[in-house]
Amino acid sequence: MNFRHAKTILLGALALSFIGLFFGSQISSYPLFVSYNIGISIIMAVSLNLINGYTGQFSLGHAGFMAVGAYTSAVITNHFGELNLFTANAVFAIALLAGGLAAALTGLLVGIPTLRLRGDYLAIVTLGFGEIIRVILQNMDAVGGARGLSVNHAWTNLFWTFGLAAVTIYVIASLVNSTYGRGFIAVRDDEIAAEAMGINTTKYKVTAFIIGAFFAGIAGRLYAHSTLYLTPNGFGFMLSITFVVMVILGGMGNTVGVIIAAILLTLLNEGLRAMADIEHLPGFTVERPLSWLQDAHMIIYSLLLIVLMLTRPQGLFTLRKRNN
Amino acid sequence: MTEFLQQLINGLALGSILALIALGYTMVYGILRFINFAHGDVFMLGAFAGFYLAPKITRVLPLPSVAGGIAVLAVSMAICAALGVVIERFAYRPLRKQPKLTMLITAIGVSLFLENAGQFVFGAAPKRFPEILPSFPIATLGGLSFNSNQIVVIAVTGLLLIALRFIVLKTRMGRAMRAVSFNPEAAALMGVNTDVVISFTFALGSALAAAAGVLFAINYPSIDPLMGILPGLKAFVAAVLGGIGNLPGAALGGIIIGVTETLVSGYISSTYRDAIAFGILILILLVKPSGLLGKKEIEKV
Repeated sequence: MNFRHAKTILLGALALSFIGLFFGSQISSYPLFVSYNIGISIIMAVSLNLINGYTGQFSLGHAGFMAVGAYTSAVITNHFGELNLFTANAVFAIALLAGGLAAALTGLLVGIPTLRLRGDYLAIVTLGFGEIIRVILQNMDAVGGARGLSVNHAWTNLFWTFGLAAVTIYVIASLVNSTYGRGFIAVRDDEIAAEAMGINTTKYKVTAFIIGAFFAGIAGRLYAHSTLYLTPNGFGFMLSITFVVMVILGGMGNTVGVIIAAILLTLLNEGLRAMADIEHLPGFTVERPLSWLQDAHMIIYSLLLIVLMLTRPQGLFTLRKRNN
Repeated sequence: MTEFLQQLINGLALGSILALIALGYTMVYGILRFINFAHGDVFMLGAFAGFYLAPKITRVLPLPSVAGGIAVLAVSMAICAALGVVIERFAYRPLRKQPKLTMLITAIGVSLFLENAGQFVFGAAPKRFPEILPSFPIATLGGLSFNSNQIVVIAVTGLLLIALRFIVLKTRMGRAMRAVSFNPEAAALMGVNTDVVISFTFALGSALAAAAGVLFAINYPSIDPLMGILPGLKAFVAAVLGGIGNLPGAALGGIIIGVTETLVSGYISSTYRDAIAFGILILILLVKPSGLLGKKEIEKV
């Protein structure tokens, strides 16, 4: 990404998503829902990329942070009844901050004890934390427990979704391009050398975790106010894997690639679902001849992951491996 | 006291199953330094192999019977051993020179593939595992009541552990395994065929997982394609708890996790049951990352 124009691009994206707001009412609900999902996936994948790609810490619990953000913000907005446009957006903004901060706090709590671990241990522990968050939510009656929590307000719109996606991309891209941010990459490239150079590796890892978790919380808040129904099981291990696949497909530490992967995979997912729902196809006598795609899409996902690792472990959109 | 002993027996049965799975994790980790995420799904496939084999075996041997039960167990173990070798050959071997993370992600991919392909082929709905062993309640002193199947689980696990110990300590292949685990390059220079040793390790681990799958299904007869996820993760925790790479440690860790989980769900709350193992994992990694019986490894530059 060319960085001199980053701010212009950010402002342009914000303006575009604001304009999109006025067309939002004219788009039917399904494409709108898909575009919200794309925006949420971008935020999740780009923020996970900070942890997994730039800092080189393999986290498998990103959906847990999303769950914290989604539930926190939903609990806040559910306190309010019908509001006018201005107050609704003000409350929504507060819920956004609260969701993000709650997730960031969880990130801190998870990060401090676990980030002394490396590689595969860290992967398992983050997975474990994701599961613990899920189990805790299941046992919290205040948020509906295993029955789930319905969200009263459908406040997610194109402006919030893509505006926040643009902000996420801007913040994370400028962070890793800053002098301070070089530390993340140093931790990834060689932890021992980075430590010897006086970089506080644990601090960098925890920072990456907190920032990543904050944006995951924001994505959770968008998700809560577009699907309008939250269940603890919806934020399981599988969801975390979806975002991990986006990061890997895009190429770890390649923001543009990760954004493209997030868009493509969300569309692939929705496309397979749409194909499975086709009622009739010429040449087929049965109804919904492609309904098996509904079950097959996870098989396709997993095969994609295996084949990708065997053939292009650096990701689809990374041209070559940097020489070490 | 009776209730406590009762829970202890339940915990031992569950712990034995976790121990069998944990051994596979720990053996593969000891040799390749990599977590075989798909191991829990091999456990699931073991149970399903037993499920589909049972009707075929009734043509030769009557079921439920001791001989029939042993036949189901042995054939499932053989099938999964072959499967473990195939997975290693096609998914992991091409990546052996790549960073460990690449292999880990591939393993997650294999795990997802087995789970979802399992749902596709076997159907997502739980299936009832047939009775392959004659089971009868055993009531003994002090009102303690348990089922013969629980004893079978514990006894079979004990036998398999002894067999494994024999293989690892007394056979040529076992010596080769220990050599590769100690230093793969040096072992290769001494004429050990590391590829064969790694394949054998996967076969051995997968066979134990399959045995765990069948034993699990005998005890809790409802099986489904996602049944391997949680036991797999808990067994991994068990392996870490005992000190990963350490065989007696894995068995000990499995027993500890199984007993703790049963006691917690019996006395405190069953809804938090699934979080216990992860809590233990985080605790052990904070306090003694090398595990109860593991040796501390120092990373060299």
